[in-house]
Amino acid sequence: MSNPDNIPKPESGPDSAPMAAPPIGATQMHARPSALARVWDSDLAYSFRTSPVALVSGIVALLIVLAAVFAPWIAPHNPFNPATLNLMNGFTPPMEPNAFTGETFLLGTDDQGRDVLSTILYGARISLFVGFSAVLFAMVLGITLGLIAGYRGGWVDGLLMRVADVQLTFPSILLALLIFGVARGFIPPAYRETMAIWVLIVAIGLSEWVQYARVVRGAAMVEKNKEYVQAARVIGVHPVRIVARHILPNVMGPVLVIATIGLALAIIAEATLSFLGVGVPPTQPSLGTLIRIGQGFLFSGEWWILAFPAVTLLALALSVNLLGDWLRDALNPRLR
Amino acid sequence: MAEPLLSVRDLVVEFPTRRGTLRALDRVSFDIAEGEVLGMVGESGAGKSITGAAIIGLIEPPGRIAGGEIRLRGERVDNLRPEAMRRIRGRRIGMVFQDPLTSLNPLYTVAEQITETIRTHLSVSEKEARERAIALLDQVGIPAARRRIDDYPHHFSGGMRQRVVIALALAAEPELVIADEPTTALDVSVQAQIIDVMKEICASRGAAVMLITHDMGVIAETADRVAVLYAGRLAEIGPVRDVVQAAEHPYTSGLMGSIPTLTQTADRLTQIPGAMPRLNAIPTGCAFNPRCPKVFDRCRTERPEPQPRPGGRQVACHLYSAEAAAGATHG
Amino acid sequence: MAEPLIEVEGLSRYFDISKPWLNRVLEREGKSWLTAVSDVSFTINRGETFALVGESGSGKSTIAKMIVGLLEPSAGEIRFDGRPMTGTSGATMRSLRRRFQMIFQDPFASLNPRWHVGDIIAEPMRTFGMARGGETRREVGRLLDLVGLSAADAGRFPHEFSGGQRQRIAIARALSSRPEFIVCDEPTSALDVSVQAQILNLMRDLQDEFDLTYLFISHDLSVVRHMANRIGVLYLGRLAEVADGKRLFTEPRHPYSRMLLDAVPDLEMSGRRRKRVEGEIPNPIDPPSGCTFHPRCPLANDRCKREEPRPMDSGTGGAVACFAVEEGRG
Repeated sequence: MSNPDNIPKPESGPDSAPMAAPPIGATQMHARPSALARVWDSDLAYSFRTSPVALVSGIVALLIVLAAVFAPWIAPHNPFNPATLNLMNGFTPPMEPNAFTGETFLLGTDDQGRDVLSTILYGARISLFVGFSAVLFAMVLGITLGLIAGYRGGWVDGLLMRVADVQLTFPSILLALLIFGVARGFIPPAYRETMAIWVLIVAIGLSEWVQYARVVRGAAMVEKNKEYVQAARVIGVHPVRIVARHILPNVMGPVLVIATIGLALAIIAEATLSFLGVGVPPTQPSLGTLIRIGQGFLFSGEWWILAFPAVTLLALALSVNLLGDWLRDALNPRLR
Repeated sequence: MAEPLLSVRDLVVEFPTRRGTLRALDRVSFDIAEGEVLGMVGESGAGKSITGAAIIGLIEPPGRIAGGEIRLRGERVDNLRPEAMRRIRGRRIGMVFQDPLTSLNPLYTVAEQITETIRTHLSVSEKEARERAIALLDQVGIPAARRRIDDYPHHFSGGMRQRVVIALALAAEPELVIADEPTTALDVSVQAQIIDVMKEICASRGAAVMLITHDMGVIAETADRVAVLYAGRLAEIGPVRDVVQAAEHPYTSGLMGSIPTLTQTADRLTQIPGAMPRLNAIPTGCAFNPRCPKVFDRCRTERPEPQPRPGGRQVACHLYSAEAAAGATHG
Repeated sequence: MAEPLIEVEGLSRYFDISKPWLNRVLEREGKSWLTAVSDVSFTINRGETFALVGESGSGKSTIAKMIVGLLEPSAGEIRFDGRPMTGTSGATMRSLRRRFQMIFQDPFASLNPRWHVGDIIAEPMRTFGMARGGETRREVGRLLDLVGLSAADAGRFPHEFSGGQRQRIAIARALSSRPEFIVCDEPTSALDVSVQAQILNLMRDLQDEFDLTYLFISHDLSVVRHMANRIGVLYLGRLAEVADGKRLFTEPRHPYSRMLLDAVPDLEMSGRRRKRVEGEIPNPIDPPSGCTFHPRCPLANDRCKREEPRPMDSGTGGAVACFAVEEGRG
């Protein structure tokens, strides 16, 4: 059966399976499914579909995000427009007509007569904006430094990781407070109000970058020794290109997990800072600011001013966190 | 004929996945006689390791034995409760795995591990167990066994560790040893030593061996009989000399031809086109038919059953079933 | 006719395996070094397959990495087509790099899982600016065809292929810069035997077609015998014997070569009674004195424990580093 002129036979391709039998090996010859169908069919999508926790948290998080994004269109009132505010509406309980104006508010109003539902929608918008931006900032910083440390190694790695170690010994909220305080000191008072939100983002981002850097460094150290990276090095591909095109895409899995859980953390950090009164200015209240304002009325019986923003924050942080947990398990089957 | 030590009949092992159930083993039958060395060869994914795992009841869930039976001296062991199976493992069936480190607990000395195994399964005194352990280590070729027995596994080199594992597998005087790629992780020169040790010690203690490996050379040197698996099915089983030197199943002969040897003269190796199918795409009829040089119509529709052949061999190929003999000539 | 393409001279590589600085200071230990490769010299002629065989710790992969520039040599010189590769950089190195390539052991790790097969194969071409646009696509299709896959496979991802198919993709990538010299580091040891045969045959066909020169690294003597014109046997980072392909198998000179041959399982079942293989490979951090093989060598004497043998010309293009052979004791 040996045939000296035997041309190497392909393991796939039309000529290897001339019969009705299915082709051999990995590749099937039928039409390739569309990108959408492939995503739907992927293991990740399947795991999402079949996990009740992931499904519920996904829906909750998506609803809150959508409501926040479309707040100007769906909110019944604009809480930042003094022209539409009526102080007479103040302290209206949920679902009850106001004693003076007869207006009804789904979730009641605060002391200034602002519709609580609308402040929540607008507040979530700010909380999410700060959260996403802070995560993005931390991610970019952490990934960059992590890639440099992991790929370069040596003293650069040592230095970066020692800085990270030192930073980890401080509670991140304390660090954010510190950064926030220092940064405000550098900003002229005239700009403080408008810059506050950006300072907040940088403060939270700087306090969270270490996690990204550590995970990316570890993954990069594993990837850089893999043969596909060596193959690129053999042909002299520039290190920056190797890191960006070869290593980066392969370390994004764990980053995604931390980013999701990090989003919940950032939202809570923002709320904590705002609750402490050092976060966003009261003219642009976030969920944290709303909770701070609301807690003053808790014991005088106006519970709704505190309760609804707090529940929203809880639902948002919890659902995002649970999504992160699910993602970690789904991407890392060995941990299950 | 005497009752076989181990008898596997129509064994089916399935792994349910969300895209359907995969059959990792599909109606595999074979016997192992007392004191016999049965080689189990096949390419990765052929099901050889799963066969071993099924016998010792260690198939990882969600995989399960979905059919057939396994008998050890006539007594069924495939449906035993986990603790009953645990008593058989170690006592009646010993195990040697590819990576010696996974079989040894790094926190205990070699002495503790071997004497514990001996005393769990045999009623002997501590002192007696220790003496037996030393004798065993001596027999597997560990120099200065009496002194080294109190060392921890990491004090031993790779080859020495595998010797310790072999001693551990034989500690409770099992009737059968299942060795899954016992030499694959070792260097060529050490590999030969380990094969010799396994062969000798099992023979001297009358233990039968099921030797699972992808290396035909190891089988040729060690086994009495060999079973060839392909895509979860038994292709051929028979005395090792017959199978190695005059394979009857086209897959076996292709496999043998593709192995470079120290004496071959041909410039090109015989090659089987294609690759073994994945478990979710096993062709109908004979699993080997798309790659087979002697394929004919019946191979594509009907699965061949193992046919008894002269010399105690069995071949699952339509070429050897009487009715198909005519059809084969123009294959 | 025997025109050297690669010349390796006195190549050595040491690895710093010291504990961290603070530990060294506290435990009053000096630096410790592992000698992975020690004073290795050989020549690879154009168009031939030169094989390096050895067990773990023999330094064969380290040599391969130094030749393709993945590791800097600690000492010695590598010349490619007469030009030194050590200390060369910039445009000269770039033009040299195009002419050699590497095929790796693990086809599951050697292809970037996030890249399309087409991009993987095209990377060398793009890096050296050898093709652009539609030309690249055509060239990728031609290469895929050459290694027995189809042009349509360019749009797939590596995980859609079996191990053997992936190794074909890796070979296509290696060919894409039209190299003259390919370092093959255990190219089939992760594959099943029937697939190994396909890949070995493919590599030989490609060698004939493109007049390639191979450095073939393997621990498997039968594979080496099948592929190589000349063979170097490594033991603990030192070259024990260099021999003409088949001659190593008919007349092995160095005791280690003989031991290795004895260790190969006998597939022919000739009943050949093997000599017992003795001992294991020593720890390379603390190698034996003199000839590193002496503790396992049946021919060792006092001189072998004290002095390190140098490779001596054994005639017919081979060399052996062994006092027993030198003195006619073997």
